[in-house]
Amino acid sequence: MTDHVSSPVAPTGARPRKARKAGSAAADRGILSPSDWRRRGVGSWLRLSHVLLFAGLVVGGLGPILWLAKSAVTPTQDTLRTPMAIFPNGVDWANLATAWTRFEIDLYFYNTIVLALGSWLIQVLVAATGGYVLSVLRPAWGRVATALVLSTLFIPAVVLLVPLYLTVLDVPVVHVSLINSWWGVWLPAGASAFNVILVKRFFDNLPREIFEAARVDGAGPFRVAWSIVMPMSRPILGVVSVFAVIAAWKDFLWPLLVLRDPAKQPLSVRLPALANYVELDVFLAALAISTALPIVIFLVFQRMFLSGAGLGGAVKG
Amino acid sequence: MTTTVVSQPPDAPPAHAPVSSIMSARRRRRRTPVTWVRGGGLSTLILGLPLLVIFGLFSWFPIVRATVMSVQTTNLVTAPVYVGLDNFTAVLADPLLGTAVTNTLYFALLALVFGYPAPLVVAVLMSEVRRGKGVFSALAYLPVVVPPVVAVLLWKVFYDASPDGVFNTIVGWVGLGPFPWLQDPSWAMPSLVLEATWAAAGGTIIIYLAALTGVAPELYDAAEVDGAGVWRKVWHVTLPQLRGILFITLILQVIGTAQVFLEPYLFTNGGPANSTTTIMLMIYNYAFQFGDYGKATALSLMLAAVLAVLSTVYFKATSSWSK
Repeated sequence: MTDHVSSPVAPTGARPRKARKAGSAAADRGILSPSDWRRRGVGSWLRLSHVLLFAGLVVGGLGPILWLAKSAVTPTQDTLRTPMAIFPNGVDWANLATAWTRFEIDLYFYNTIVLALGSWLIQVLVAATGGYVLSVLRPAWGRVATALVLSTLFIPAVVLLVPLYLTVLDVPVVHVSLINSWWGVWLPAGASAFNVILVKRFFDNLPREIFEAARVDGAGPFRVAWSIVMPMSRPILGVVSVFAVIAAWKDFLWPLLVLRDPAKQPLSVRLPALANYVELDVFLAALAISTALPIVIFLVFQRMFLSGAGLGGAVKG
Repeated sequence: MTTTVVSQPPDAPPAHAPVSSIMSARRRRRRTPVTWVRGGGLSTLILGLPLLVIFGLFSWFPIVRATVMSVQTTNLVTAPVYVGLDNFTAVLADPLLGTAVTNTLYFALLALVFGYPAPLVVAVLMSEVRRGKGVFSALAYLPVVVPPVVAVLLWKVFYDASPDGVFNTIVGWVGLGPFPWLQDPSWAMPSLVLEATWAAAGGTIIIYLAALTGVAPELYDAAEVDGAGVWRKVWHVTLPQLRGILFITLILQVIGTAQVFLEPYLFTNGGPANSTTTIMLMIYNYAFQFGDYGKATALSLMLAAVLAVLSTVYFKATSSWSK
């Protein structure tokens, strides 16, 4: 309490200074006030806890990934005998090449990318057109469709698993089986209520006058979608895209069920099978290769992941 | 791009049917198909087609189908037969169900103990970091980025039960172990939960960090004026301000852990001695090991019903506190 007496005391010229200080303080301060930081007990205790926290995060967050990177290029016997030693008998770069070519990680990597890109395209298509129709065009059936899309958010994924599998086995109306077809993974990925709601909310917040103006100028719904809505929605479609790719990369159970042919399976499905017949060092190299791209994507789009836009990703997982 | 999806026949979506009736009810003016097309109704429908077809086929239809299938026997060869509640009674009579329910509850409980308070403590500490906050949160989030299958397979290597396993080497440094980790029925489940917590904590930390930036600094100022120290500020300002998000993450975590599949499937496939068989694993085995789709959907519907009741009760109970 005594700390606070200092600021109201200075009467002259306090206005502008106080306002500036309040502005920067609001951005600066958290639970601790600047004076808390200056108190020796609190400040040093917190600094110590931050050092410990940092050490813990490095060991817990980075440690396993560094271990994987190290073991990917270490001979099997070294990893088995002294797992925590750093290259006791040299580096074995050949592991990566062996995994990539002989155990066909290249093929599974390619499959993963094909799955991710296809799911991404379908998700962006459904979310962009759906969000546009439900938010901007607002047809009479829009309310019902919005309610139905929203309601699927409340259905736990477990309910969908078996009936969705049987649906993909024999798609109604057209009666084709999507088993062993990319479409069996791509199309169901598009039914993401989260994406549609996210894009719809974004469009809801765009000024409607823009669309009205375009319509008055004679632009039809397609023209408005292509020339106005799509360019404006680039940021939200960027968010949807990154999470679509990451989700496709992570997906395991669904591709396991749909893609029975090993030549079509992505990394996530093949890796557990590889564990049974591949030597440990090559297997760890395969794990490292599978992890590399998601980590690069994360580092590039860090802000998008850490800004809380990933809330939905966490909710979905 | 569009053609691939539009190639589905346009009469598939179920939401398509009520369109005309709703439309005529809402518009007083009589409308013919021609005025409908002129007014942009057709192009709206074409633009809405991806949503209607994809959700119709792969979301709405399967959800309806789940309820139908739960009262049928389906073997994909002969026509499905209506069997009433037989699937439900058969699942309830399954001696494995009790084990699976207990294991799932145990998993959920352990996940709460390991994984609920820790991210909160980390996030509160992290929110007070002044320089390099980005590095802190990136480090915390890194495990979330590792593909879940890779994470499980990597931890399976860590959990090697030999004295030279990674974790056994580490605990050996402080004179403990070697521990059996996944090999022992009483160790297996905590080992699974430990990995699951490692894989998920980063996401929760980021959520809490975002919520912490939303706490108005004026509240801390006011608490200080009232003479509150650091601990009292955390207890009386921070935690009450986070109450809403804490309630939500709790129920979401329970809903998530109730459907846990990847860890028990890949680490132990339910073993040793069924000590890690969860409800989700049972559903998977019903459907894809034994081909008994009726029982599988019956069990998944029961799980969903329990979760629905649980979350309704939960939100009713907490709605008065979280405001």
